[in-house]
Amino acid sequence: MKGYRKYFFNKLVWFFVTLACAFLLNFILPRQMPGDPVAAIVARQAQGMSNTAGVQAIYEQYTELFGTSKPMYEQFILYVRNVLQGDFGFSFSQYPRTVLDVIRSALWWTIILQFPAIIVGWLIGNSLGALAAYLKGGFDKVLLPISIFASSIPPFGIAMIMLVIFGVTLQWLPTSGGYGFDLIPNASWSFVWSVIVHYQLPFWSIVLVTIGGQAIGMRSMSIYELNADYVKYSRFMGIKDRKIVGYVFRNAMLPQITGLALAIGTMVGGALVAEIIFSYPGLGSTIFTAVLGQDYPLISATTLIITIMALLANFVIEIVYGFLDPRIKAAQAD
Amino acid sequence: MKHTLRQVFQSGKFLIGFSIFSFILLVVIIYPRVITDPPLQIIGQGTFFPPGLYVNVYDSLNTPYYTLNLPNATRNRIASKLSDEDRQAIKEWLTAVGISEDQIDVENTAQLLEQWANNYDPTLRVPGMTNARRNYFIRLNSSLSRLLATEGVSIAVRNEETGELEEIGAVTQTDYVNASQVPNVRLLLLGTDNFGRDVLTELVVATRVSLLIGIVAGLVATSIGLALGLLSGYVGGVVDDVITFITNLFIVIPSFVLLILISFSIGQNQRGPITIAVVIGFTSWVWTTRAVRSQVISLRNRDHVNLSKLSGYSIVHIILKDILPYIASYVVMALILQISSGIIAEAGLSILGLGPRTTEVPTLGLMLYWAMIYQAHIFGKWWAYLPVLITIALITFSMNLMNTGLDHVFNPALRD
Repeated sequence: MKGYRKYFFNKLVWFFVTLACAFLLNFILPRQMPGDPVAAIVARQAQGMSNTAGVQAIYEQYTELFGTSKPMYEQFILYVRNVLQGDFGFSFSQYPRTVLDVIRSALWWTIILQFPAIIVGWLIGNSLGALAAYLKGGFDKVLLPISIFASSIPPFGIAMIMLVIFGVTLQWLPTSGGYGFDLIPNASWSFVWSVIVHYQLPFWSIVLVTIGGQAIGMRSMSIYELNADYVKYSRFMGIKDRKIVGYVFRNAMLPQITGLALAIGTMVGGALVAEIIFSYPGLGSTIFTAVLGQDYPLISATTLIITIMALLANFVIEIVYGFLDPRIKAAQAD
Repeated sequence: MKHTLRQVFQSGKFLIGFSIFSFILLVVIIYPRVITDPPLQIIGQGTFFPPGLYVNVYDSLNTPYYTLNLPNATRNRIASKLSDEDRQAIKEWLTAVGISEDQIDVENTAQLLEQWANNYDPTLRVPGMTNARRNYFIRLNSSLSRLLATEGVSIAVRNEETGELEEIGAVTQTDYVNASQVPNVRLLLLGTDNFGRDVLTELVVATRVSLLIGIVAGLVATSIGLALGLLSGYVGGVVDDVITFITNLFIVIPSFVLLILISFSIGQNQRGPITIAVVIGFTSWVWTTRAVRSQVISLRNRDHVNLSKLSGYSIVHIILKDILPYIASYVVMALILQISSGIIAEAGLSILGLGPRTTEVPTLGLMLYWAMIYQAHIFGKWWAYLPVLITIALITFSMNLMNTGLDHVFNPALRD
């Protein structure tokens, strides 16, 4: 157990280090913006707002919140304290809602949509890739070009094509939103059904995107493993094919899990854009409306939340990986 | 070198990818020389004109008429105003006002129109009919007037003094003009976009700009990746530790999030295509660094490198002569991937509304952004987004194919 504890501890420290750096970047990057950000933002905002009291409130709130007149390190301490208290200030474009309130309602949509979709796509893609490597011949000849082509269509492209085919032409599924526009979220059957129906298109488009890339990676990995010496040796020993495939699959799988841990950030980026195409009420659409409304606090907070989510997912995958990798198990036995 | 190139060009996948890519490049280079219209000029007053040949109506009145007796002319004329769907709708109305179904024959146009003329009443409110449906019937009714007329129409000008119409010519139903004799004809192969700009011309320029963005982003990312990877792998020690730390950091922090933050911070006015490309390059070098580093580490202690060290060659010489040739194939493949992912990253950013500022040049991402904002995909205006998607997919597909081909040549384990 000692080896695993050490591994876990290492990963935990690394998680906090990355978190701290991401936090720092999130603080520094927007502050490189030329000019006084608060004045610029509020001035821009005030044009569209008829509520002068609201503008004044925003301005005072932000000069206080950001403390732009104070030195950098004091601003940073202020920022850390506010974020720890969950205080991201008011949203410009959706005043008087707070940023925390906006994000809280969007966050669950994104989590429920993206993580199942990425995992399902990853599983299907890896199975197909392993199958292609094992069967070779016709299946491989068909699957490889299809996967290359599928992974060439960018995430938003697949989303748009699926929307047009299933939403507009066939009219099987609704084209936008997280639930029917005529419904108010409640626990009734019709609402749950509406959510399920609206879930399909974004879900499957993310799954499709994930499948292509994973299948290609797993195929190369499996072919590599199938030609390894231990496979030939096992064949000479007369071990059953089925059992060898088990070994090969397991060995090819391990790098794919690390791959998933490393690629999760990229995948989340693609899935965010897919959300926008379907107007799904998640974080992707939140960023979109925030950019449209020049809603600086909302963008900053949303990117921070997405980063934390990706870092957490990465951390969890690596912890699971620790259980699966025999080398770490071997270290445990020492 | 020659041998490697020959081997590369013998790979079928590489060849297909290379041909597609060259074709796109050729179109991008040749098209603007043939058709010199400014790409962002607004020519259409209105949004999303469908693809087709646009013939000036005024000019065609002044071109010679030819009489052609084509057998299907009348039927085509009626069909264009009265689709099968409309016939069913008429039947629906007629049954709603109380005519039995066996009296209605949707194929018999004359009888159907007569029944319609006798029974349609715009003021009548059929129970259960939505307002949209009522408006549809009003539109249908006005389009049906004079449908079965056989006489022509006259052309008249208004007399400036008396204000009365004076007939100056007539057009019969069998008159044709030759489109090549009409002085003003414009072929809009892909229609117009939401601003009324020619989509095809815009698409070609957008492809050029997007390719440029991809190449700049790819070059920036690959140079940073290569430099850091070489430094970290060959020098080792503290330098290696620092670079590895930074690399691992940026691998787990989603690069797309960084892109969003940086692009937003730059501000709309500073965001040109090249700026965007450089930003994309600066956020996507990590994978190259990682891979180059691990390869350099495995090369660092090979005999030929040690020999060069003993011979007193400089670090630069060793890296250029003894290490780079071994990782060149990998770097080229990484560059190709970076270019295609750079194009996709630009499109993703633009869809978010953080793409290059919109006044000067089109990019593939911006075209998608406007198509999406104006909901071209919901309203079935396929020409505004589908050609763009296909172009992006073709570019990335050709690059992925080239990469797979290269992979097969340089990585014997993957060969069949």
